[in-house]
Amino acid sequence: MSIDLSQFFEVFYEESFEGLDIMEAELLDLQPGNFDNETINTIFRAAHSIKGGSGTFGFTSVADFTHVLETLLDQIRDGRRALTQIHIDLLLQSVDCLRDMLTALQSGEEPETQQADELKSQFNQILSESSDAEFQGNEAADSPDSESAGETETYWKISFIPGRDILKTGNEPLFLIQELAELGVLTQVLDVSTVPDLTNIEAEDCYFKWQFELQANCAQAQIEEIFEWIEDECEIHIEQAAQTNTSEDLVAQAEGTSQVKQADVDAERTSQIEETKPENIPPENKAKAASSGNKPKQTKTTESGSIRVGIEKVDSLINMVGELVITQAMLTQLSDGDFDPAKLTSLKEGIAQLAHNTRDLQESVMRIRMLPIGSVFSRFPRLVRDTSKKLNKKIELKLLGEQTELDKTLMEKISDPLVHLVRNAMDHGLETPDERLQAGKSETGSITLNAYHQGGNIVIEIIDDGRGLNTEKIKAKAIANGLMSEADGLTDDQINLLIFEPGFSTADQVSDLSGRGVGMDVVRRNIQALNGSVELESNKGEGSVVTIRLPLTLAILDGQLIQVGQHVYIIPLVNIIESLQINSAQLSNLGGELEVLRLREEYIPIIRLYDVFNHQPKTNQLSEGLLVVVESDNEKVGIFVDELLSQQQVVIKSLEANYFKVDGISGATILGDGTVSLILDVAGIVRLAGLTGKQQAMIANQMNEIEQLEA
Amino acid sequence: MNIESLNAQLAENQDLIQDTSIKQYLTFLMAGEEYGIDILTVQEIRGWEQTTAIPNAPGYVKGVMNLRGTVVPVIDLREKFALEAVEYSAVTVVIVLKIEQAGMDKIIGIVVDAVSDVYGIEASQFKTSPSLEQNQNSQFITGLAQVENKTLILLNLDQVL
Amino acid sequence: MKKILAVDDSASMRQMVSFTLKKAGFDVTEAKDGVEALEIAKQSEFDLVISDVNMPNMDGITLISNLRGLSSYKFVPMLMLTTESGLEKKSAGKAAGATGWIVKPFNPDQLIATIGKVLR
Repeated sequence: MSIDLSQFFEVFYEESFEGLDIMEAELLDLQPGNFDNETINTIFRAAHSIKGGSGTFGFTSVADFTHVLETLLDQIRDGRRALTQIHIDLLLQSVDCLRDMLTALQSGEEPETQQADELKSQFNQILSESSDAEFQGNEAADSPDSESAGETETYWKISFIPGRDILKTGNEPLFLIQELAELGVLTQVLDVSTVPDLTNIEAEDCYFKWQFELQANCAQAQIEEIFEWIEDECEIHIEQAAQTNTSEDLVAQAEGTSQVKQADVDAERTSQIEETKPENIPPENKAKAASSGNKPKQTKTTESGSIRVGIEKVDSLINMVGELVITQAMLTQLSDGDFDPAKLTSLKEGIAQLAHNTRDLQESVMRIRMLPIGSVFSRFPRLVRDTSKKLNKKIELKLLGEQTELDKTLMEKISDPLVHLVRNAMDHGLETPDERLQAGKSETGSITLNAYHQGGNIVIEIIDDGRGLNTEKIKAKAIANGLMSEADGLTDDQINLLIFEPGFSTADQVSDLSGRGVGMDVVRRNIQALNGSVELESNKGEGSVVTIRLPLTLAILDGQLIQVGQHVYIIPLVNIIESLQINSAQLSNLGGELEVLRLREEYIPIIRLYDVFNHQPKTNQLSEGLLVVVESDNEKVGIFVDELLSQQQVVIKSLEANYFKVDGISGATILGDGTVSLILDVAGIVRLAGLTGKQQAMIANQMNEIEQLEA
Repeated sequence: MNIESLNAQLAENQDLIQDTSIKQYLTFLMAGEEYGIDILTVQEIRGWEQTTAIPNAPGYVKGVMNLRGTVVPVIDLREKFALEAVEYSAVTVVIVLKIEQAGMDKIIGIVVDAVSDVYGIEASQFKTSPSLEQNQNSQFITGLAQVENKTLILLNLDQVL
Repeated sequence: MKKILAVDDSASMRQMVSFTLKKAGFDVTEAKDGVEALEIAKQSEFDLVISDVNMPNMDGITLISNLRGLSSYKFVPMLMLTTESGLEKKSAGKAAGATGWIVKPFNPDQLIATIGKVLR
């Protein structure tokens, strides 16, 4: 039978990663000398499952490594070894190591075993230190199967006296005999002499004895294996006969028995198993085999390809499909025969119903990809624990809104930026216990991760009660790095935001922890790449809050269609604050180049989209077109377009998949008429137009000065 | 030859390919020259349709089109090869190709004057020409081949984007 | 068609066992732990039970001992899936009424071969 085990790999990886998460969480809870057995049991089970699965699916390096983990856990579980902090730390390291190994395997690479080997030797060191009992006695005993496994057929004599209770454990001697018969040519003699009188018989007991002669090319171990499960309850003698005995001889040997029954067991060899032909390989495997020849090597990402979905989500999906089918039937009925204008109302109702069904269905399908953010949050207790040790800070982590759901893809991509922000808060935000006491705060600092839904967005806050951002220091650094000058007159908030600018994070600031050579600008860029935004609020001495806003899903967005010349683009609705006709009286020109619109109390720089994109517009007169005021990175800009078209939900398609990343464009979609339309990346357009946050601040500053002059 | 029959022939030829010493080439015409591309890279042949422009893209990138839900860039090969531009006509076709760039498969469309034929070309029919070195498009040219008294220019378009 | 109840808390192992047995022509029902398995077993009849040992809620040995106590499962073969480090589990399993065991790791062919000893 050919079964392609690789079809189970994805599930295996998924449950193993889950298992590792559980191990990690439980290990973090463990206190030497004060833990309950169920915690250890849970950890053991997770390790055990990974070992079993990896062994079965051929990932020996993982199976070997998990084995030592399991051995130690088993001893702790059975009370044969006392749990120490060293064990916990080692186990936690092993969790990381296993995660790396499995990640490598998942992307089709051979895992690094160096770390595993080091950890393994540490485990073996511990295991070799005497515990309360022996522990290496669990290796499978070598079976003496070397003898007589030669090419030639051997004659075996086997006597088999089953225990009387054998049937009560579900063992069936007849099946075992059939197994024997499959090894070669079997002759058997049944001895029923021990069967008592009918009146004394226990119907559930087994009274028979057998004598076999087997002519087969097999090892003794193969025969022993057949009786392996019942060897303790039965009398079994296996010996190699010098030469063949005829069945008559056997019968003669069994002389004195009251009855002799000889069965050709061979003939009974009809099991379903053999009837099952190796069925056709699943088509996808065939395709894989066929196409693997000239497949280019592709760098795989480790974003996992499968998803577990709660049954209630599937049920709601099925319900909606049911409704959709009903609506479809209704519409079909309406369209039967010649169309009667009287049906128009019903038709309209039907189409409205269809629109409703489609929307519900779409939401449900989207919900399938939604998972609680808790699975991202769950890695932070460990991170905070390890980091606080290294920094000698006391830190308490609070997790709120763990049940808040977001798209799985987003979840995988937001994880790293979050880690970076939390590290940053621990490293730079929180003070040492001494500093905290001096500042009149409690010794233990706190970091809170809070997630909640707001409109069509998910908001994630990273809150610390540390010292807040040191605006003076940031200012000095920003000036040194040429990001601003003293004369810019930026507000504290504006200065603080400079930590997100490329070029702010420099080598001397990179610490072992938060640095890793990655600056906050990367964090912001990653979040913006997900159509999200980052905000920062800091109060000196009280702490800071970083707020991340992300769309719930990457697959769909609400867009405003706009037109420039003959080109139609989409602006994400989340970016749009308002759209307006320009009143020339409120326009100013800065340095003859930059146009600014005064809108209430603010000055909004104007970006002419046709200019940035080199298109031929219908009009270049600001008063004849429209201005779409959008917000990007807390700054407002106006995008000048010819006209606004409709608003609609669009399915986001990648432009990069077959082309390149295009400045000012975040993706593409296909409109109702089948044409492609590109989605604007507002932050990218601001960059294209040469407007950075700093310049915008300068504008505001200059405008203020002008105002003061006017006043 | 209409597009349906071209696509049918394309499928047939791709199925038939077994002998590895003979490579099948789809040929097309541009400015009086006949060019050949490995038929295994050809996905399908379509008529020209209006595309959506990509802002600030080079002139030879005509924009993107919707290929059954996939967004596919379209390259004008005449412009890319610095040949004189022509008006698109009823026979202007787009050949949809799979190219490999930096280890990633990409689907692109190329606009050519017209599709010509399919030829099986043996390695022995390959020629190199010193004059190719000077050709500004030499990076795309893998060789020349003599078929039926014609000279075909064989192309590899992996780097055409 | 012979009916088999496959019990394992690990989804990948469960799927592998179940898939293999289904291909071999058995009717397979899955359960993710002893509690669920016992519930299912009481509502239906099976020709064979294959159970993992280490599981949350109810382990495999407790499951087997509970099943053996039911009159309809008195003679039904029950196999444990155990690891090589679980030799002591084998005797515990036998005491609880297990028919035999399959040692992990195993491949689909070994699984089918072993089942021949108890189900034909």
